[in-house]
Amino acid sequence: MLGLADDALIYAQRLGEWLTRAPQIEEDLALGNIGLDLLGQARALLTRTGELEGAGRDEDDLAYLRDEREFRNVHLVEQPRGDFGQEMARLLWFASYQHELYAGLLTSADEVLSAVAAKALKEVAYHRDHAGHWVVRLGDGTPESHERMQAGLEAVLPYLAELFDDDATSVWAAEQGIGVLPSTLHDAVVAHVSAVVREATLTLPDESRWRSRGGREGIHSQPMGYLLAELQHIHRSHPGASW
Amino acid sequence: MATVLTALQVAELEQQIRDIPDPEIPVISIDDLGIVRDISVDADSGLVRVTITPTYSGCPAVQAITDHISWTVRQQGLEALVDTTLSPAWTTDWMSEKGRESLRRFGIAPPSGTRPAGPVPVGLSVRQVACPTCGSLETEELSRFGGTACKALRRCLSCREPFEEFKAI
Repeated sequence: MLGLADDALIYAQRLGEWLTRAPQIEEDLALGNIGLDLLGQARALLTRTGELEGAGRDEDDLAYLRDEREFRNVHLVEQPRGDFGQEMARLLWFASYQHELYAGLLTSADEVLSAVAAKALKEVAYHRDHAGHWVVRLGDGTPESHERMQAGLEAVLPYLAELFDDDATSVWAAEQGIGVLPSTLHDAVVAHVSAVVREATLTLPDESRWRSRGGREGIHSQPMGYLLAELQHIHRSHPGASW
Repeated sequence: MATVLTALQVAELEQQIRDIPDPEIPVISIDDLGIVRDISVDADSGLVRVTITPTYSGCPAVQAITDHISWTVRQQGLEALVDTTLSPAWTTDWMSEKGRESLRRFGIAPPSGTRPAGPVPVGLSVRQVACPTCGSLETEELSRFGGTACKALRRCLSCREPFEEFKAI
């Protein structure tokens, strides 16, 4: 559950960086809105994680007072912003993954998790749709946009396999009927992304030779430290401050 | 606190809570928006439990609504306990006819129909949304995301007026 929460939290932070940087003001709003949906999901999941842990940690403690090695998000969401095409490639893959994941969690034995899934499923369907439209528009656009969209698909490639790794926690959660095995989501996610990529006249790149791993065990890439510094510094500089 | 409330006072308080305006779109009350799930007043202890459901997971208005409910209840010298529940998930189907009409008069197109439950096909959407100003169906989508999580931006091709649409979810 912490993995899902951290994926949403960290990606919300990255999407927030697009505000005032997107190609048009409507996209500032769109990416801000998507980030806000993810932040809402992260808050509910972090609160639930704190309850289950039983050590009295709330959503703020978990978001602001954990160190890098305690975060369980995949490497895909912590990578720095690329160009807009690359962001749409990342969003398409991530939203498609979340869509299948939340669909599987509707029947979770944990009632909070199934409620979050039911709520979030509608939201991520919209995110996936939004990214899909842009991938088609850019891929099937000018030679320049086509080339950069294709480059975007290639840039995110090494970080995709990790989404479908079955680590010890997810195997345990699946056995308990709480979670779903990430590897079972693979085919449906690839099928959806492939359909979009085909319509966009792009090609899905082959498996990359290098692939990321370790996010779910708390091993992160270099950009993660900088991201957390930005995310956490106000809370840590002013402990206990409130509005 | 031993406050004894009459049935009439309870009904009045419930109505006051239901009439609280949405902080982002003040023309619609939280009851017409369909986010008030339950109000129970314990007349003996003076505890008022209100259950609401957010429109979107990250909707920032939830905090403002919670505060407004607590404030309304405290004005009557009672204690409020506001719960947020995610399940079952909110849908635009719960919005009242009165709410839809106030949105339209305010210049926001009310949610029309529900999204298909199955996979959404790729490609440009061809959904028809009526312009809240002139009623024309000749409108186009400008952006799928508007100023708040629940709205999208559209433009009327007949009267050229841009407007917001409450997204159907």
